[in-house]
Amino acid sequence: MRDVAVIGIGMTKWGELWEKSLRTIFVETALLAIDDAGVDRLDSMVVGCMSSGLFIGQEHLTSLLSDYLGKNPVPAARVESACSSGGLALRQGFIEVASGISDIVLVGGVEKMTDVTGCEATYALGTAADQEYEGYHGLTFPALYAMMAVAHMHKYGTTREQLAMVAVKNHENGSKNPLAQFPFKISVEAVLQSVLVADPLHILDCSPITDGAAAVILCPADMAKKMKKPVVRITGSGHATDTIALSSRKDMAWLESTHLAGQKALAMAGQKIGDIDLFEVHDCFTIAEIMITEALGLVEQGRGGKAVEEGLTALKGKFPVNPSGGLKAKGHPVGATGVAQAVEVVKQLRGEAGERQVKGAKRGLTQNMGGTGGSSLVHVFEAD
Amino acid sequence: MAGIVGYGAYIPRNRIKVEEIAKVWGADAPSYKKGLMLEEKSVPSPDQDTITMAVEASKNALKRAGLDPKAIGAVYVGSESHPYAVKPSGTVLAEAINATPEVHTADLEFACKAGTEGMFIALSLVQLGAIEYGLAVGADTSQGAPGDPLEYSAAAGAAAFIFGKDKVVAEALQTYSFTTDTPDFWRREYQYYPQHGGRFTGDPAYFKHITGAAEGILAKAGMKPADFNYVIFHQPNGKFPFRVGEMLGFTKKQIEPGWLVSKLGNTYSASSPLGLTATLDISKPGDMILIVSYGSGAGSDAFIFRVTERIDEVKALAPKTRDLLDKNKVYIDYGVYAKYRRKIRKAE
Repeated sequence: MRDVAVIGIGMTKWGELWEKSLRTIFVETALLAIDDAGVDRLDSMVVGCMSSGLFIGQEHLTSLLSDYLGKNPVPAARVESACSSGGLALRQGFIEVASGISDIVLVGGVEKMTDVTGCEATYALGTAADQEYEGYHGLTFPALYAMMAVAHMHKYGTTREQLAMVAVKNHENGSKNPLAQFPFKISVEAVLQSVLVADPLHILDCSPITDGAAAVILCPADMAKKMKKPVVRITGSGHATDTIALSSRKDMAWLESTHLAGQKALAMAGQKIGDIDLFEVHDCFTIAEIMITEALGLVEQGRGGKAVEEGLTALKGKFPVNPSGGLKAKGHPVGATGVAQAVEVVKQLRGEAGERQVKGAKRGLTQNMGGTGGSSLVHVFEAD
Repeated sequence: MAGIVGYGAYIPRNRIKVEEIAKVWGADAPSYKKGLMLEEKSVPSPDQDTITMAVEASKNALKRAGLDPKAIGAVYVGSESHPYAVKPSGTVLAEAINATPEVHTADLEFACKAGTEGMFIALSLVQLGAIEYGLAVGADTSQGAPGDPLEYSAAAGAAAFIFGKDKVVAEALQTYSFTTDTPDFWRREYQYYPQHGGRFTGDPAYFKHITGAAEGILAKAGMKPADFNYVIFHQPNGKFPFRVGEMLGFTKKQIEPGWLVSKLGNTYSASSPLGLTATLDISKPGDMILIVSYGSGAGSDAFIFRVTERIDEVKALAPKTRDLLDKNKVYIDYGVYAKYRRKIRKAE
C-alpha cells in the first residue's frame, strides 16, 4: 500500500445558496481544490452525495459533475452512505491512491438541500433511518437523536445545559470561520429558549439544512513531496457499520460503529487517541458530539457531557473538538460534511486556520457518521 | 396635487388566538407568539368575503371623501381571494356604492400587493386627468392550510382609498415599484391553499423587494428615513416589519402606529393599506408617510404621502382602524373557525 497525501483543498461559503445549483456549487469548490493542488490532470473522481435524487431529482450525478468540471472522460463514482457519504468518498479515494490504481484523485462531497420544502427535506433525510421499522412509524432524525439524548441523560445524568454547551462551543468556533453558514455566537440560555423540536432537543441543538460542497485532491505521498507542496498524509482510515435501526442496538447511548472505526483508523496510523491534536466530528445534534467523544475514547463512557462543561473539548482545551464550528455552526450539507471535515483538518495541520488555529497541530482526526450511527468513518491525518 | 381624498377600513369582528390554533395542532404557542410576534387574527364570518369587506371599506372612504359616488371614474379591487375565478369583484363593489355604470373596473391579483398596485393605477389615472376620482381597494380573506404556519397569520380585512385632486387629505409626492420574478409563494388553479418556500420567503423575497422599493423611492425623492413621521411596511408577521425597518434605518416609533399585525394577522392585500389607514387616523397636517407593500412573486410598491390640513376634518367621519381592531371583538374557538372558514364539509 502506498502512502497517501492531501495536496489540495477547496470549500466555498455554505448556506442557503438559492441562486446556485448543485453543479455550480460543486464545480466552484472542485476548481478551488484543483488550483490549490496545482495539478493539471485528474485520474479519478469520487463524490459523496446522499440524496440528489430526492433533493433535486438528479441521479447519475458524477457524469453530470465530471462534465461540468470539464473532465470527461475521467472515471467518476458517486458513493452513498447517508450523512457519512463524504467520509466514505474520502475512504474510497484513499483506497484508490493507496492501491496504485490511480495517482491523482479528486474527492468531493456535495448536497443541495434548499430546493425542496422543509417537509420534503425531512423526508429525504429520514431515508437514512430504517424505513420499515422507524420511518413508517413516524420517526424523524430529531426524534431519534432525542431518544438517544434521553437514554444518555437517564444513564449518565447528562444535563440539558451540557447539551446546550456543545452548541455554544461550536458556534463560538464557527464565529471564527468565514465559510460557516451561521458564523455567530449563541448562549446556553438562547439554546434552552429556542423552539422545542423533539424533547429534549431544541432547534439550536440541531444542525441546519445547508447547500454546500467540499473537495480535496489526493495523490501518493512521494508525488506530493516532489511537487514541493505542504504534505498532509492520511495515515489511518477506519470504517464500520452498525444496525440501521436504533431499536436494534444493545445500548442506545453508545455509538459502536464510531468506536470501531476509530480504533481501526488509530491502529492503522499507529497512534493513540491522546496523541491527536484536534478533532472534527459529526455533531448533527448536540447529543451526538457528546456520544462521539466517548466512542472515540477522548473521555470515559458517560463523561461526554462533563467534558464539554469542563472545557476539555473547547478550542483551547486539551482536545479541541470541531474547531471549524462543526455541523452545528458550519452547516450540514449531508454529502459534503465528511469531506469538509478533511478540509478543516488539512487547513489546521498546514497552520492556515486563522483565528481558530489550534496551535502547533500536527495530527488531526475526522469522524463522519450516517443516520444514528449505522455507519461511521474515521480518518487520521498527519502533517509531515 | 393629486392624492388621497378619502380612506376607509374594515376589519371583521371575529378573532382567534394563536393559543387556540396551536392547541389543535400540538404546536408550541409561545414560540409562535415570540418568534412571529403574533397574538390573534381576524376571521371573516360565513357571510363575509372580499367583496363585502371591500364594500364596507369603500363606504367608509366615501364618508370621508364626501363625494357623489357617480364622480368615481374607476374602481379597482386587489385581492388574492376574489370570490369568483371569472366575474369581477369590482362590478359588485361599483354597483353597491352606486358608482355604475359610467366607471372603469378590473380586479387585480398580485399576492399581498394587489391593493397597492390598484392604488398606483387609480392615482395615476387621476394624475393623468383621465378620471376625476378613482377608488382602489385592497381586501382579502386569506387562506392558510390547516396546520401550516400560515394558519396563525392568514386573516381578513379591507382598506379603501379614493384618489382625486380636490380636497386632498394626503398628497401623493412620489411612487416607485420594485419587481422581479421570485417564486416564494404561489397557488395554482384548483388548489385551495397556497404553498410557500419557507425561509425563501425571507431574504430573497420580502427583504430584498421591500429594501429595493424603499431605497428606490428615497433616492427618487431625495429623502432619508429621518424625513418621515411614519413608515408602513407589509406585515406578514410581527417581526419582519421591524427587521426591515431597522435594515433601512427607520425607528420603532415610526413603524408602530401602522403596525397592526400582532392583533390583526396578515390581511394580505389589505395589510400595508390598513397600516396606512391606521396611520392617517393619528396623523397631523404636514406629516410625511412612507408606505411599502410586498407581494409574493414578487414585488413592492412604495408611496410617499404628505398629510394636509384636511385630515382633521375627515378623521371622525368614519370608524377609525384601531377601533375596528380593538373594540367589539368576538373570540371564537377552532371549531367555529373551522366552520366559518369552510374547513368542515356540511351535509348537502
